[in-house]
Amino acid sequence: MTNKFDDKNKTLGDTLRSRGISRRSFLKFCAATASMMALPPAMIPKVAHALENAKRPSVIWLSFQECTGCTESLTRSHSATIENLIFDSISLDYHHTLQAASGHAAEAAREAAMEENHGNYILVVDGSIPMDNPGYSTIAGISNYDMLMDTAKGAAAIIAVGTCATYGGIPHAKPNPTGAVSVGDLIKDKPIINVPGCPPIPVVITGVVTHFLTFGTIPELDHIGRPKVFYGQSIHDRCYRRPFYDKGLFAETFDDEGAQKGWCLFKLGCKGPTTYNACATTKWNNGTSFPIEAGHPCIGCSEPDFWDGGGFYKALSMPTENITQTALYTAAGAAAVGVAAGALNRAKKNAATKAHPNTTIEDLEK
Amino acid sequence: MTEIDFLNWVRGPGFQIATIIFVAGVLIRIFEIILLGRKANLAEAKGSEMSSGLRTIVTRSVPQADSFKRSTFTIVTGYIFHIGLFVTIFLYAPHILLIKDIVGISWPALPTPVVDAFAVISIISLLAILIHRFSNKVLHYLTNFEDLLVWFVTIAPLVTGYIAFHRIGFTAPTLLGIHILSVEILMIVFPFTKLMHAFTLFMARWYNGAISGYRGVES
Ligand code: SF4
Repeated sequence: MTNKFDDKNKTLGDTLRSRGISRRSFLKFCAATASMMALPPAMIPKVAHALENAKRPSVIWLSFQECTGCTESLTRSHSATIENLIFDSISLDYHHTLQAASGHAAEAAREAAMEENHGNYILVVDGSIPMDNPGYSTIAGISNYDMLMDTAKGAAAIIAVGTCATYGGIPHAKPNPTGAVSVGDLIKDKPIINVPGCPPIPVVITGVVTHFLTFGTIPELDHIGRPKVFYGQSIHDRCYRRPFYDKGLFAETFDDEGAQKGWCLFKLGCKGPTTYNACATTKWNNGTSFPIEAGHPCIGCSEPDFWDGGGFYKALSMPTENITQTALYTAAGAAAVGVAAGALNRAKKNAATKAHPNTTIEDLEK
Repeated sequence: MTEIDFLNWVRGPGFQIATIIFVAGVLIRIFEIILLGRKANLAEAKGSEMSSGLRTIVTRSVPQADSFKRSTFTIVTGYIFHIGLFVTIFLYAPHILLIKDIVGISWPALPTPVVDAFAVISIISLLAILIHRFSNKVLHYLTNFEDLLVWFVTIAPLVTGYIAFHRIGFTAPTLLGIHILSVEILMIVFPFTKLMHAFTLFMARWYNGAISGYRGVES
């Protein structure tokens, strides 16, 4: 391990320089970051200055009920990306998957980082927390809940990464066997930045960290805790297939003429219209493409409960339940009730006819 | 409850509840009407009931010259919004998908901008109808709560659908959820109000025609 204290006193600029990152590529990174965060170009020097002088912040990364896909998303992105730059420049003091230490040594590292940086560290969480039985997910014998609550106490800010940590995600899908909840469900007294996605876009994760480093504040969030700069517009709003949607030109199958011509994927189940994320603009794999560009409808992975939307290939206008069955059962029942009601009405009518006294000639002559 | 929860609810359990009330309500009412029956007509039949009944279903849909002159506004706006409703409900691609999912059959859709135009025209004519209802003294006098309720539940899906398509104001899941909810309200109100005319209309016309046919007179 490198000397921790030396590292801590280095600024981010020092670190980048010692890694041979030129001023030019650093400024390029700042420009890219500023544009990603929708900041005007005039802000680039400010971003550069702030980042250069930022002390390497301590980051504690907790992984609960998750698949490690979020970490994969971040670390498997192309080597020369800005997200790697920034992640080389923080002090990642605890991360199950990435740290060398394990068991008690790992926990000791976490506790040391918490103590040393109390009130200043950034807590990143991926994965949901099981509330039914703490035994469903433990780390070094500590339940996820205890570890989260304990670590959150001294955090300056919490970044919930991935749909599991932000909204419960896959573990929270019906019938939610572990009683999974999100970070925001448990922690109410700290700022939480939600960075949903299954997994989230790497540059969005780093963008949030960069924002925090640059301004020392959390970015502006929407009503479900997502940074507005990245989650302010829906996929549908920025989708390049949108003109086809507006005209009503849809691919019916994955290989028909419409699919080949790049028509809208709404009929194939696209959740783009109700999904807020930056995929259509930042794209994936170093800006190569995003799912819709690759011909697959958006599955809405950055929205709460995206697993319970009735199926990825069911169009948004279709019901999520089996309405045919509901209608048939109801019709059968209603037919029976209708016949019974009809019989009752008839009986009533007949009784009324019978009860009606017949008037005879004699009656009239009286 | 997040907005996606809300959307999932209206697409799932909410739609199920609305379907049960709609299907049960409509069927029970139709069964009741049909099973009530009529007294046997002892007079000799002077013509066919069936052909006259069927013919009347069609002929009564065409306004007669003098009644057209008397209520031009009502008939024209009425036709416009009924046609508009038909187009927006049955010829819009996402709606056809919904029908296909439930009934299993589908047909080609109109281009979305055309449907959009029909929606706008329907909304305008429904607004005009309401203004007319209040500006005409007799109509105003005859107006009761049910009329207003029926007007509201009819225009609501058109307006919410238009807003949801153009994504005005709120976020998309909320807008779509509200649109679907407005349709569910329409489905629930349907069997218990004069909206039932969508089904009973043809029965009534057939019956009128059939009576005349039996007597051998023109209907
Ligand atoms: S492919 Fe999806 S996001 Fe793109 S226009 Fe069609 S429905 Fe919208």
